[in-house]
Amino acid sequence: MIEFNPGLIMILGGLLIPLASGNARRALLLGLPIVGFIYTIALVPGMSVDFVMFGYVLEVLRVDDLALVWGYIFHIAAFLGVLYALHEDDPLQGAMAQIYMGSAVGAVFAGDLITLFVFWELTAISSVFLIWASGTERALRSGMRYLVVQIGSGVLLLAGAILIFNDTGSLAFNHIGIESLGGKLVLLAFGIKCAFPLLHNWLQDAYPEATVTGTVILSAFTTKLAVYSLARGYAGTEILIVIGAIMTAFPIFYAVIENDLRRVLAYSLNNQLGFMVVGIGIGTELALNGTAAHAFSHILYKALLFMSMGAVLFRTGTIKGSELGGLHKTMPWTTGFCIVGAASISAFPLFSGFISKSMILTALGHEGHWLTWAILIFASAGVFHHSGIKIPYFAFFAHDSGKRPQEAPLNMLLAMGLAAFLCIGIGVYPDALYAILPFPVDYVPYTTAHVITQLQLLMFSALAFTFLMLKGLYPPEIKSTNLDFDWLYRKLLPKIVNSMGRKIIKIDRAVRSYLLEILSAFIGQVERWNGMNGALAKTASIGSMGVFAVGLLAVFLVLYFIL
Amino acid sequence: MSDHHDNNGQQETGWFEKKRNVRKIIWALVIICVGLFFADGLYHKHPYFAAENIFGFYAIYGFVMCVGLVLGAKWMRTILMRDEDYYDKDDNND
Repeated sequence: MIEFNPGLIMILGGLLIPLASGNARRALLLGLPIVGFIYTIALVPGMSVDFVMFGYVLEVLRVDDLALVWGYIFHIAAFLGVLYALHEDDPLQGAMAQIYMGSAVGAVFAGDLITLFVFWELTAISSVFLIWASGTERALRSGMRYLVVQIGSGVLLLAGAILIFNDTGSLAFNHIGIESLGGKLVLLAFGIKCAFPLLHNWLQDAYPEATVTGTVILSAFTTKLAVYSLARGYAGTEILIVIGAIMTAFPIFYAVIENDLRRVLAYSLNNQLGFMVVGIGIGTELALNGTAAHAFSHILYKALLFMSMGAVLFRTGTIKGSELGGLHKTMPWTTGFCIVGAASISAFPLFSGFISKSMILTALGHEGHWLTWAILIFASAGVFHHSGIKIPYFAFFAHDSGKRPQEAPLNMLLAMGLAAFLCIGIGVYPDALYAILPFPVDYVPYTTAHVITQLQLLMFSALAFTFLMLKGLYPPEIKSTNLDFDWLYRKLLPKIVNSMGRKIIKIDRAVRSYLLEILSAFIGQVERWNGMNGALAKTASIGSMGVFAVGLLAVFLVLYFIL
Repeated sequence: MSDHHDNNGQQETGWFEKKRNVRKIIWALVIICVGLFFADGLYHKHPYFAAENIFGFYAIYGFVMCVGLVLGAKWMRTILMRDEDYYDKDDNND
């Protein structure tokens, strides 16, 4: 078998998409992830391809158990995303999506930091087209902010890689750690892409502005690539436990009050990443298995949720909770699939989240981090609250909006059905997923205690929701924008720059007018002496010249006698 | 699957909109919750943390924290909520 990085299949194949049309293009779109998947299955841990450039050894293919988990799920997500978007006739978006997905796969199989950097930047540049394809002014601006942040992350990665090379003489992408400056820079680069607290807003800003199909594809790759990179470079870095715990908790408050249902999902995506980051921070085999398993199931249920909300947006033209409701009457399949996604993210027994998230929580228990554990349990209840209940409830039930949209197109239903099938399949038969995890699994998710305690947590959260609804205490869906950290660079910073600009203009004006005054005074003086009637500009007669010469001679004569 | 029809005027009440059925769902939820709460006495616990020994800990914690979450988020609205086109307006002025 010729060994090469499997990401190239979708990247190079993606370039051909604009050349094909109709069924040929559709076949290509669906075929590339399938071919890539089959090739990835054929890869065996230990395979490696080196490439020497300018005397540096780059490992453009490195296959191991960790990379393979992401390799598999990225191809599955790619296929689902493409199937979901199959009704679209947009060759540019189709091509860019393939390049984006291929780059994410490529990055996962990168064995050195420079190869990682190249694919890292390629994901950024290609994915922004999925946002811009919306064609709105908002999407254009949002995409620009997204691009700046993503490219910035790549630049930090490159800077860190260079420093690491200087320190160690190696570019290999293995455990990095935060001891060196290079390690800190790379962590920051990964942290931006992983939407760490305060670095997170590009996610909630850009994903809801992308196209119906673009958001589904975006949701799977960028942040999970960051999770993979963190797992490889920073496993066991304790600060990640704290960062992850914060990530699980604070976005859920925003999710409760957010009106744009795709933005609610973006906040909950952020919260789910928190669980994975905690797992990486713990760094034990169980925790890292938990992170890998949770990334796997998360990609599926999050894509499923975004697909269901995308279908609603596609059919009704809006995704605002305040304008939706009652859609289950005409979109029953979409409603059902959404509920499967909601049950999976909420970690109901028999659904995928149940068998993956609990590994991370159990690992926390082993290590005795009680505060983090308490926060993660709270966040688990909160996830059910906003993703499990709020999303399906306000879109498909609640008060009848009077909207009677058609059911989603067949290709969307197929993609959702397949994702839902996998969500339930993993929940019912977790061993299939456990078999591909990086470390041997010695964990049993279905114990009496786990099932009962999890159901208690979830059903009492539902009870709380019902109680608040009946009492009229639940915050209604309101058309609004909620300020988040991006307010700093979207509002405050421009304000400061503008007011500073105004001040600079003022000072500049004052200095100029002062200089002008001096200049005009000088010109006035010159004018007085040398102007039309100025003493130095007068034309004098020859006679007066004679008088001047005589006077001068007289002065000489006097001086001659004196000296 | 029903056909596409925009009938804003005549709104048939679905199963989920009838008060009687909503009450049924709520009662079912309450009964499940009561059952789950007392199910805590039916199995042997292997707790990692002391709090897990409290009878019905996950139920109480889930309920209290969710009410806290919603009330907290509601309070956040008083500080953080702006018009829907808050950022767009600003973009045009600059």
